[in-house]
Amino acid sequence: MSAVLEIEGLRKTYRSRKRGVRHALDGFDMRVEAGQVHGFLGPNGSGKTTTLRTLLGLIRPNGGRMAILGQELPRALPAVAGQVGAIVESPQFFPHFSARDTLSLLAQAGELPKRRVDEVLELVGLRDRAGERVKTYSLGMKQRLAVASALLKDPKLLILDEPANGLDPGGIREMRRLMRELAESGMTVVLSSHILGEIQLICDSVTIISLGRRVAFGPVEQVLAAHSQGTVRVRLEAVADLPRAEETLTRSGIRVAAEADHLMLSGVDKPAAVSRLLAEQDLYVSELTPVAVDLESVFLELTATAPVPGQNRQVDQSAKVDQTGTAGGWGA
Amino acid sequence: MSLFVTELRRLTKRRVTRLLLVLLVVGLATVATAFSFSSHKLSPEVVAAAQADSDAQYRKSVEEWKRSVTECEAAQARGEQTEERYGENCGKDYQPQPEMFDPKWNLPYQFDFRAEFPTFIAVFAGAVALFAFIVGASFVGAEWNTGGMMNLLLWRPKRLAVLGTKLAALLTTVLGLSVVLGALWTAVFWLIGTQRGTTAKMTAGVWRSIGLDGLRAVALILVVGAVAFALASLGRHTAMALGAAVALFAVSEVGIRIAVGVLSVPFGDRYVLSTYAQSWFMKQAELFDYDTCEFARGACEPAKYVVTWQQSAVVFGIGVVAALVAAFWTMRRRDVA
Repeated sequence: MSAVLEIEGLRKTYRSRKRGVRHALDGFDMRVEAGQVHGFLGPNGSGKTTTLRTLLGLIRPNGGRMAILGQELPRALPAVAGQVGAIVESPQFFPHFSARDTLSLLAQAGELPKRRVDEVLELVGLRDRAGERVKTYSLGMKQRLAVASALLKDPKLLILDEPANGLDPGGIREMRRLMRELAESGMTVVLSSHILGEIQLICDSVTIISLGRRVAFGPVEQVLAAHSQGTVRVRLEAVADLPRAEETLTRSGIRVAAEADHLMLSGVDKPAAVSRLLAEQDLYVSELTPVAVDLESVFLELTATAPVPGQNRQVDQSAKVDQTGTAGGWGA
Repeated sequence: MSLFVTELRRLTKRRVTRLLLVLLVVGLATVATAFSFSSHKLSPEVVAAAQADSDAQYRKSVEEWKRSVTECEAAQARGEQTEERYGENCGKDYQPQPEMFDPKWNLPYQFDFRAEFPTFIAVFAGAVALFAFIVGASFVGAEWNTGGMMNLLLWRPKRLAVLGTKLAALLTTVLGLSVVLGALWTAVFWLIGTQRGTTAKMTAGVWRSIGLDGLRAVALILVVGAVAFALASLGRHTAMALGAAVALFAVSEVGIRIAVGVLSVPFGDRYVLSTYAQSWFMKQAELFDYDTCEFARGACEPAKYVVTWQQSAVVFGIGVVAALVAAFWTMRRRDVA
């Protein structure tokens, strides 16, 4: 597959007399293949929006390489801008213009036919409210308008920053369907979101960023598999046998966490081996279940942003990795 | 070209543009209407009536003078002292003369297009310049503030071209408006002149002079619009331009005046911006230094310093170029965060 978006070693440093030097992007890498829906995840302040803004020419990088549709940026940005639709952060529009005016002005600036405005208004469900001023719109409606503005160009690459923000449950489902349909039509979609359940449902692949560096990347299943850590839940016929089972398994080099009525094992390659070990000690298993990890737990683990009782995590407190990152499959 | 047309459309669609345009037109129309009522055509009947009033005032004055002289002579016959009350020789030497009762004093005000229209060009320029300032500042300031500029840059990632096109759209609109409203303004005052005033002595030379006044007015309007645009672009907010204007006014018109007064700088007003605006409109501004006079020795011709409109052109030119260069430079260099 060909790469629609490539970023290598991207760096952006902010210098301030008061706050000193801060590396918003610290050698960040990313690669998105054609026709995919790609999730771009990271805690607040990790560099997601800086990456997107840099990619779109709004911020000057201090180093690194970027390319969209095989063309080097920022030199070729004016040439590829017509093929990239984007919304960055919260949708912002002139409040006294209607949605139709807003899109019509953008379409005129982009030399697009007027009918395209009606097409995207229909697509995002704003057809009947298109004549109203944007200032009367709810956050969800503004979000729909933002997506409409990004789709106006019928782009090859669609970059959406938090597109589901403010949408109602029906709207989120519609957005999910829209993303899939766009990808099926050949459009590549980069989706930045904190709704990790959605990302897991929609995306083919993900990149996770923390403190300006990539901490994981690849197809969603591979990222999940790479971080499942072979976790297995074990229940015994007799709860009273749990301490003896814990001792047996620990002796065999398995990491064990005792719960009230079961044991959680990690680092287990073959669950059958657990069953055999326990049976040899006359301990009989009533349940032996591999525990599937979800994207949220992988995200929290990789970025070290899981809440800790009694602690208030600060925005910049997340995991920093070495330059190699944690590969989940393919990548730059 | 499509971006230029889009920006023209965006500017004319904006509520602040439309609202201020209505206020501008209503304001100018009010000034013209109110002024037209204060002017009266000097018809032969009006002139004759004024002449008759003057003649009557003269006759009445002569009668009063005669009565006063008669009273004085009667008092002298009674042996009374009259000089204090009636003056020397009973005031016989002060007989009222006809030329002391000029009929012009009894005429109502009549608007003289030739003499007075240049002042109204300055009034027009002030009103349109205020419009250009607010619209120019908000056109780019509100775009930054509401994210419109960022959206536009996602579509047209050529920052200097985008800013330049927006500026061109603003100046084109302001120029078009100045020309159209200026033509209407001239026509209205010409009409007032013909119907309720006078348009006498309007030679080709006078028209050329009025035309040049108009050109200078339009140039000043464009300079004000461009500077407001540049300041709002620098601060990425409309309020930046308004704040800078207030600061400039305070420094130039108040601060510098106080400073040159305290330091007794000769011709201190040459450092004040409004002197250059005055000189731009009036072709020159004359400053006098009365400290060079010793009035105890009698009448004095104080030292004079002349600020020409060409000097004003240099001052305003440097100002607008500096503001625009700074705005474009920061547009190219600064991140859009």
